[in-house]
Amino acid sequence: MVGRHRVGEVLPYRPVPFLDPVDEFFWTGGADGRLRILRCRDCANFIHPAAPVCRRCHGTAVSPEVVSGRGRVATFTVNHQPWIPGSDPYVIALVELNEQKGLFLTTNLVDIDGDDVTIGLEVEVVFEHAGEVWYPLFRPAGTAGAGTAGAAVGTGAGESIA
Amino acid sequence: MSTIGERQSYISGIGQSQVGRRTGLSEMTLTVQAALAAIDDAGLGIDEIDGVSTYPGGGRGTAVGGFGGPGAPEVIDALGLSVDWYQGSVEGAAQLQAVANACMAIASGLCRHVLVYRTVTEGTAQGTGGRQVMGRVTERISGPAKYLFPYGSVSATCWLAPLAQYHMHHFGLTREKLAQVALNGRRNAARNPQAILREPLELDDYLSARMISSPLCLFDCDLPCDGSTAFVISHVDTAPDARHVPIHINALGTSARGRPSWDQWEDLATFPGRSPAAQMWNRTELKVGDVDTAQLYDGFSMITVLWLEALGFCGTGEAGDFLGDGSRIALDGELPLNTSGGQLSAGRLHGLGFVHESVVQLRGDGGERQIPRQPEVAAVANGAGSTVGCLLLTRGIR
Repeated sequence: MVGRHRVGEVLPYRPVPFLDPVDEFFWTGGADGRLRILRCRDCANFIHPAAPVCRRCHGTAVSPEVVSGRGRVATFTVNHQPWIPGSDPYVIALVELNEQKGLFLTTNLVDIDGDDVTIGLEVEVVFEHAGEVWYPLFRPAGTAGAGTAGAAVGTGAGESIA
Repeated sequence: MSTIGERQSYISGIGQSQVGRRTGLSEMTLTVQAALAAIDDAGLGIDEIDGVSTYPGGGRGTAVGGFGGPGAPEVIDALGLSVDWYQGSVEGAAQLQAVANACMAIASGLCRHVLVYRTVTEGTAQGTGGRQVMGRVTERISGPAKYLFPYGSVSATCWLAPLAQYHMHHFGLTREKLAQVALNGRRNAARNPQAILREPLELDDYLSARMISSPLCLFDCDLPCDGSTAFVISHVDTAPDARHVPIHINALGTSARGRPSWDQWEDLATFPGRSPAAQMWNRTELKVGDVDTAQLYDGFSMITVLWLEALGFCGTGEAGDFLGDGSRIALDGELPLNTSGGQLSAGRLHGLGFVHESVVQLRGDGGERQIPRQPEVAAVANGAGSTVGCLLLTRGIR
């Protein structure tokens, strides 16, 4: 067994992102258990990392949208080197969200052994709360209740908060 | 082809400082060693240097990790130079942007003999605790790193390993094939007196090495060191008076088409190096089959794999088979690769070491490691993720 952790136990601590007016929604939106991604209101393109303009149509009417929180593991690594002092091996994944091809989030996987992770694995978002940030992590889809007590679990799909 | 401005430039001199794991020398001492060697090699007087170009520029010396060496103004001052143009910058076509900027300055008429250098003291910094990838970070993370660092994805190892995993899953890359980048480098390093790691490295050693970020192990990661690499890039008008055979800059690749990012490039089978590679081939009559040696960045072995494919030495996903048992990339193979030992074994001279080695080989000065069939064309590539660039060099002005 390598790299298996529960929410809140992946790393001894997480380097904290600077929240700015453009991306604060992404880092704090998980408070209600829902993942939000910026979306262009002109061409419907999802934009990540958040930017004040759509890279596809160059429209500036962009706003956060609740997404399903579901995706698949596009690729991953089991990281062994303790770059962060005191860390045990952990899984870093590139999750492609179901909403759009190429909509990638770098994240950690929880509730799964590193040896069991495969490219294509279906996953769902689960949030880890620390300070003012709700970090979107992912776990195998359909494993609610498997060791994520206290975690905010992604629900709902397609609700616009624009 | 008449607007290929980089062909106004050639490399007239090269120099390398003492190179070691921990030299204990200051970043300026190493830089001066390399700079004076390069100027002397070019057959020029110090007062003939009228430009300076470096990557990444000052403020990143031994005290803060040793990534950067002294800035251009410091070097100008230390050597008492009088220059008409200078720059140091970390953005652009990876380390090769220092070369590209020199070419542009020469083509624009600002100067005629540019000292280009790249200095690292990461070995000494590591030994003194200055090079820490990630201690307890107290400042907030901004820029693209804010989407990586919070997940413990704080090293480029963590950014390249998933691409290796992808290649293994979809294209049948194996650790045994990937190992050939490191094993080939070590065999070449054994013939390079300046290389740091020269003892034999066998496949079993590689396969039993500790994992860093799966599937990348210790030997897939380059070796922090101390050293400085320098060149003189001169206006082509001066080539008839050159001391050595001029090494012509045939074509640059500097573009960013597609997302210049470590984790947002759209196609996980490739990487942002695709963009400058395509641009470079559009700026030359040379074809991939004309390349006699490839000097491809190996900060991590997977980067070399991605560049082999991006530059068209093989198709997407085919680099594993191209590397095969290593014979194709050996000194006497069809595409001698990283003939100095690369950063994996010769030391992490960080980008410009590959330009230095290309010049050595194109001049025929490789000694024990000289490619037996005198190379006429070298391809150099640097970087990955948000910082990528490449160039073609030829023996003699074309």
